[in-house]
Amino acid sequence: MRTRTKVWWWVGGLLIFAYCLFPVAWIVSLSLKAPSDLDNGSFLPSAVSWQNYQLVLTGDASGLFLPALRNSVGICLIATAISVVLAALCAYAVARLDFPGKALVLGLALGVSMFPVISIVTPLFNIWRTIGLFDTWPGLIIPYLSITLPLSIWTLSAFFREIPWEMEQAAQVDGATTAQAFRKVIVPLAGPGVATTAIIAFFLAWNDFVYGISLTSTERARPVPAALAFFTGASQFEEPTGAISAAAVIVTVPVVVLVLLFQRQIVAGLTQGAVKG
Amino acid sequence: MSAATTGIPAATTAGAAAPTDRPRRPRRSDRGRQEARLGLLLCAPAVLVLVAVVGYPILQAVWDSLYSYKLTNPDARRFVGLENYALILSDPIWWQALWVTVLITVVTVVVELVLGFALALVMNNALGSLRPALRTAILIPYAIITVVSAFAFRFMFDITSGFVNTWLPFVPDDLDWFASFGTAVTVISISEIWKTTPFISLLLLSGLAQVPGELQEAAKVDGATWWQRMRRVTIPNMKAAIMVALLFRTLDAFRIFDNIFIMTNGAAGTESVSFLAYRQTIQRLEIGIGSAVSVLLTVCVALIALLFVKGFKVNLAASTRAGR
Repeated sequence: MRTRTKVWWWVGGLLIFAYCLFPVAWIVSLSLKAPSDLDNGSFLPSAVSWQNYQLVLTGDASGLFLPALRNSVGICLIATAISVVLAALCAYAVARLDFPGKALVLGLALGVSMFPVISIVTPLFNIWRTIGLFDTWPGLIIPYLSITLPLSIWTLSAFFREIPWEMEQAAQVDGATTAQAFRKVIVPLAGPGVATTAIIAFFLAWNDFVYGISLTSTERARPVPAALAFFTGASQFEEPTGAISAAAVIVTVPVVVLVLLFQRQIVAGLTQGAVKG
Repeated sequence: MSAATTGIPAATTAGAAAPTDRPRRPRRSDRGRQEARLGLLLCAPAVLVLVAVVGYPILQAVWDSLYSYKLTNPDARRFVGLENYALILSDPIWWQALWVTVLITVVTVVVELVLGFALALVMNNALGSLRPALRTAILIPYAIITVVSAFAFRFMFDITSGFVNTWLPFVPDDLDWFASFGTAVTVISISEIWKTTPFISLLLLSGLAQVPGELQEAAKVDGATWWQRMRRVTIPNMKAAIMVALLFRTLDAFRIFDNIFIMTNGAAGTESVSFLAYRQTIQRLEIGIGSAVSVLLTVCVALIALLFVKGFKVNLAASTRAGR
């Protein structure tokens, strides 16, 4: 490639970095502005202040934020675990066994994943109020399965198809027991796919807003995205901009770390389900 | 049942027996039947859960939509047939919401496709250590909560805490972006595009990798320009990837809710269909009307999916089988 073309691809690459990081940098910068500095009209704070983080972690807003953080982590982890286990069984069958209705299972998962979430909220809102699941953890975990399970089935099926399952027999021929063959051969082969699926499913649940805002009403079960919408300023004339930004940064850090650690696998997982990766 | 008796992968059995085997045998062997039973058994929990968490609520919504039913006055619940639908379809609020939804869907998906393609091209041509770094960076918008993205853009364009009015020379400093329809929809779309373009570009990137290199070379040798190669070789060869990306994103964009909720809360005429359903059900407790809006939204989504699958011949099954 000629040097000039090379330079242009580099420029393009740097533009992509700017595109991806600009809004993130802005919310970080906003979270470091003191209340009096919020309206300074410039991108960066005049002086770095940790006031907003104090507000969110130990101050007035912590009563709203910390329970929400606990709810989000707990609910999303449980929903992810349930869907990965159910999806692993299903994907194993889809990838490895011959049975009627295989296409139907994948079609169902695809159909459900394209479903408008709000259409499920409307009936659930009423049902949950009647049977007492409104504003509880199970009341969110169950509908979250409608987001995480189809994706898990789809992604895991794609991963499992790539696994050389014959190696299990090979190990057994070499004298390994069934348990050994599973632990030493299948787990290392399937592990990365399962982990990736879990991460993507967790992202989806973590991102949910529609269920969170519709099916909760108090700190008992309200997840972070919904809680952010309920932040209020110190007085009614004050916008909670700083507190929201600080809370947003806190919930963004773990997902960015996950992305940095599992970049390659996540890309494979995202694209494998839909197009050949 | 040990793994050894059931364990031969379906792929290898089919492959070994290929010459005599028809794809669908009328009768299954004993082993085949056993395998089929195990397959169904393993799929059953996931399928049952899916049907329970989605199928049942939808039927309930269809049922509720036939009633005049307000939670504030549950005793007055009565069967009204299709009256709710007639009411909604004759109301300009529904048509405004549908128009906003279609507008945002078309604008964001078109921009995302073009921008996503550009990003995919850059990533495809990036050299050395830049490529993994770019793939990591591009996942960040994908992984960020939509609500956080919405707040970031809202504060950015906000009249007091924002900096956009100061930065852009051609807008007045006191422009309130969220006060009028055009500007509000613009900011909503920008946030939506920022957050979801990476997904499209990753799909397109994997599509680009499937374009045969020899074809590119042959076209180059024949003297085709960059643009000609793009139009005649690259794009036709990644049509499947483009259509799948389009389908996923169109259906996703059509349910837009988070950005609108955070940025305008439906003000300035920016209410989408999802938002309308939310407002009727959760805020006004009109279960009957809200359910009818939900059912109509579901019908719209199903029609779009049907249009893609039948009209544009998107073969999802084939594209997933290609993953083998």
